[in-house]
Amino acid sequence: MEIDPFIFRLSIFILSIFIGYYVVWSVTPSLHTPLMSVTNAISSVIIVGAIVAALASSSDNIFNASSIYGFLAITLAAVNIFGGFLVTQRMLQMYKKKKKNKK
Amino acid sequence: MISANLSAIFYLVSGILFILALRGLSSPDTSRQGNYLGILGMVIAIAVTFLSIGSFSNSIIYVFLFLIIGGAIGAFIAFKIPMTAMPELVAGFHSLVGLAAVFVALAAFLNPEAFNLGSSGNIKIASLIEMSIGAAVGAITFSGSIIAFLKLRGIMSGSPITFVGQHYLNLILGLLIFALIFYLCKSQSNIIFWTVIAVSFLIGILLIIPIGGADMPVVISMLNSYSGWAAAGIGFTLENTALIITGALVGSSGAILSYIMCKAMNRSFISVILGGFGADNTSSDAKDKKDQKPVKSGNAEDAAFLMKNASSIIIVPGYGMAVAQAQHALRDMVDKLKKNDIKVTYAIHPVAGRMPGHMNVLLAEANVPYDEVFELENINNDFANTDVAFVIGANDVTNPAAKTDPKSPIFGMPVLDVEKCKSVLFVKRSLSPGYAGVDNELFYKDNTLMLFADAKKMTEDIVKNLE
Repeated sequence: MEIDPFIFRLSIFILSIFIGYYVVWSVTPSLHTPLMSVTNAISSVIIVGAIVAALASSSDNIFNASSIYGFLAITLAAVNIFGGFLVTQRMLQMYKKKKKNKK
Repeated sequence: MISANLSAIFYLVSGILFILALRGLSSPDTSRQGNYLGILGMVIAIAVTFLSIGSFSNSIIYVFLFLIIGGAIGAFIAFKIPMTAMPELVAGFHSLVGLAAVFVALAAFLNPEAFNLGSSGNIKIASLIEMSIGAAVGAITFSGSIIAFLKLRGIMSGSPITFVGQHYLNLILGLLIFALIFYLCKSQSNIIFWTVIAVSFLIGILLIIPIGGADMPVVISMLNSYSGWAAAGIGFTLENTALIITGALVGSSGAILSYIMCKAMNRSFISVILGGFGADNTSSDAKDKKDQKPVKSGNAEDAAFLMKNASSIIIVPGYGMAVAQAQHALRDMVDKLKKNDIKVTYAIHPVAGRMPGHMNVLLAEANVPYDEVFELENINNDFANTDVAFVIGANDVTNPAAKTDPKSPIFGMPVLDVEKCKSVLFVKRSLSPGYAGVDNELFYKDNTLMLFADAKKMTEDIVKNLE
């Protein structure tokens, strides 16, 4: 009998939880705030679903019930992607070591 | 147009890049590079999505339009937001992820053909379950984060809102969602799907309203975790590896952060997941005891004198520093002290502030080198051979009652041993107890000097007196 593809996705999911577990424990506590903002940004990869939904409409009816939700989700996810990565970058720029010429 | 197999491989690549982005955060040196890898992963995921669709109708113009609008708003916020507002920003972003998950689930439900999930009214049962879970968790994340945002922003009072039977109501609503999803599989009805979303929305609100303002570090981490699980649910629906990997990463990341925050407050994980904490009713008792104990209070001159004659100082920042925006003044003060060859370090309790790592970001903003900033377990032994502890805007995290008084609501919570210093300076606006409603016996000790003032004002005055 063939294995249902769902099982493969479930395996990826479970293994990723373990990867997440070990990777996040190694994050230094002083970077916990950037961790939250960057996880925010990457979870907005949900935008791929939104793009599929938005583009599924036909040319003569760009805004049907389903694609409108796609467009709304694109906007929200885009806010998060740009906002999340940029604010993380802004924070990380501030973390500096000693010795090097302090301003 | 690229094949489904090829795009699946690219989604895997972007998932791996996201893992590396988090890995980079293990040290500030590698973190910036990690962030770029994360951005690269996102670009790949989006590009592959366009390529895999291949044929475009005119709607692509609108896709880019909305992408640009959202991106511009996000970029604007990212550049304008003050660092002290980071907790509410993160809460706000969580709500957007949650709402986006709800919208994508709705789009998939209304147009399952676009996602190869069957046809309208005849969606595959497995997909239906996945998308309703995604939508439900997304709705909980959305409304919960909105409440957290309002509380952090001060629009809504930070005090817990509780009523009788709260937990039972949440339980019933939770079971109701399962029943509705079960029924949805049979009926495939639009109204049921909307009801699932509406009930989840209500649960999100009910989960967060009973939680007090200072417990926000746990709440934010918890919502972070929820937003990950919502994304993973949608990932299963869309059969998208990048989304599944990311959802799992974010979900476990948030869960670990909430675990760390719980540990730091000595609360059980379960009680946090269920919500409803932060409503300790012990404050009235503490208020009675407080009244007429003698307190030594001083002014900036006394504080400056004490610090000038010290050889080592540890600074303990807390939420009060964030509220008063005192981090830059603090940095000026430390610069002055260092010129006098005084050793100055910073001690940070995991739950200081309103979100994990809150204090570290503020100190980094004020150009404090990160290797002068220490976590609780790395610095707690140093208090005993330090001359002065300068506590600015922190309270409960220094309270020795957590070690000595089994009746105290915060008993068992790890605290910073500031009382072991030769003298303690407390910058605080009044004698009022912290969020736990517990009086701090440190205020009445002989070697404690209370500096009653706004944290920023006091620090600036001390700087003047150090000249």
